[in-house]
Amino acid sequence: MSVAAARTRRARGRRVWGQRFVLLGPGMTYWLVFFLVPVGVLIAYSFFRRGPYGGVIYEPTLKNYARALDPLYIGVLWTSVRIATVATAVALLLAYPAALFIARATSRWRVPLLVLVILPFWTSFLIRTYAWMLLLNPAGLINKLLQAVGLIDEPLPLLYNEFAVTLGLVYAYLPLMVLPIYASLERLGPQAGEASADLYASPAQTLRKVTIPLTLPGIVAGCIFVFVPSLGNFIVPDLLGGGRTVMIGNVIQQQFLQARDWPFGAVLAMSVIVLMFVVLAVQAQVLRRTQEVEDGRPA
Amino acid sequence: MAARRSRYLRVHMGLLFAFLYLPIAVLIVLSFNDSELATVWGGFSTRWYRELVGNEELIAAIRNSLIVAGFVTAISTVLGTLLAIGLQRTVRSRVLDSVLFLPAVIPDIVLAIGLLSFFNLLRFTLGLHTIVIAHVVFDMIFVAAIVRTRLGYFDRRIEEAAADLGANPVKTFLLVTLPAILPGVIAGALVAFTLSIDEFVIAFFNSGPTSVTFPIRVYAMIRFGVTPVINAVAAIVMTLSLLTILIALRLTRPKGEGATSVGVTA
Repeated sequence: MSVAAARTRRARGRRVWGQRFVLLGPGMTYWLVFFLVPVGVLIAYSFFRRGPYGGVIYEPTLKNYARALDPLYIGVLWTSVRIATVATAVALLLAYPAALFIARATSRWRVPLLVLVILPFWTSFLIRTYAWMLLLNPAGLINKLLQAVGLIDEPLPLLYNEFAVTLGLVYAYLPLMVLPIYASLERLGPQAGEASADLYASPAQTLRKVTIPLTLPGIVAGCIFVFVPSLGNFIVPDLLGGGRTVMIGNVIQQQFLQARDWPFGAVLAMSVIVLMFVVLAVQAQVLRRTQEVEDGRPA
Repeated sequence: MAARRSRYLRVHMGLLFAFLYLPIAVLIVLSFNDSELATVWGGFSTRWYRELVGNEELIAAIRNSLIVAGFVTAISTVLGTLLAIGLQRTVRSRVLDSVLFLPAVIPDIVLAIGLLSFFNLLRFTLGLHTIVIAHVVFDMIFVAAIVRTRLGYFDRRIEEAAADLGANPVKTFLLVTLPAILPGVIAGALVAFTLSIDEFVIAFFNSGPTSVTFPIRVYAMIRFGVTPVINAVAAIVMTLSLLTILIALRLTRPKGEGATSVGVTA
């Protein structure tokens, strides 16, 4: 390599690094200081003793973790996982056919349909949840309607139970399930399905053996987008569960704002973080498998 | 067979839209309900909208939210746009993308108490400034995602042409790149603004007694005594955010481009 070429390359290298520094520097610094460090502080707080008015006393202890093993809290965590799982499953069942419909629509209709699906998601979470309080309460529209058509005599207890909480979560995060599945279907294109039909597979077989396995990355991404925020949610159980259906988010909120036991609240938050990383690890695994299938290597 | 199946899908889609929009429609209708009871129709009236105007606590909360959202939008638009260009051009790494996106994936309550602990450690007094700092953390990521969608349509050869004509990098950025991606940047700013105005959980944990924002006020109204004034507030907020987001989505793609991702590239 000539000296001149080496010099140009070095100069280019410097320019790329300069560019990286200017473009990524500010955002990544902000991310480090106000995201990574705070989460680190939270984790550290989980190993200290509680302060009298919130905050911590810097004496290391594992007592907070021992306390979290109490059946009461394990029960709450289990309830949260169960509700989040059911909400995710229901959202998937609702979203997949919708995504399929949009992917098969003519190109003129796809954008408007997608916009209609995503639009509610960008509006106030609080108010969307509140709207369901109006619909589900004993004198609300749904009960009135059911009574008017004579299906029921007495109002159904729709509000302040696990049903309402699950419904609220499905409603809140449904658009986040449709989008990644749609993206997967679009990427797949119609060819795979046509090939399958040419080989005399029934539509049901094509769906089960071709379309669904090949859109698995989208399905898994959608499931994460619904499961993770559902798991840590506290607005929906607070407003639609009415204090009767308690999820881990409610307990974290109580520990931080009422009981003022921040270290214990931090321990409970740790359980949410750990569960989040577990599902992210599952996603990475699924992505790797699908990639292998697409590359034609044995799965 | 195929026709029957596509009819089934069409009905499913219709029901899904009913599910998504019915609650919003009911809310807007009830905001014009004259009755004190949120669930009994007492005739058309705009009295709740008039009462809203006189609610000083609510007006103060709206002012706080506008201040916060203004700062948040300005900061996260700058940081997010730079981040988007940087990620698109210098480091193409899926791992880095997903790691940077974590603030948008992590449950908001975790981010909320993490920041509260952090501010406590540094002995920051909680107020509007702490809410601003907190909102930028995730808003910046959304801006970056939206601007990147627009950058995907950008033809870099026009930048090379500018450089060939003797423009320095800063000039090229300001006169060529920025105007080309500006609709995406504006879309990102609009989304950042809406997200900040509507954000409740993080603001709830990181606000002081004098820095009550609009969603915190609305939460208090819902939680302690539901009056139909909330319906009027909710209807206004819903309508405004729907409009803002529609504009933002329109700006994300150049005219005539197909549907790839609608504002979410996660």
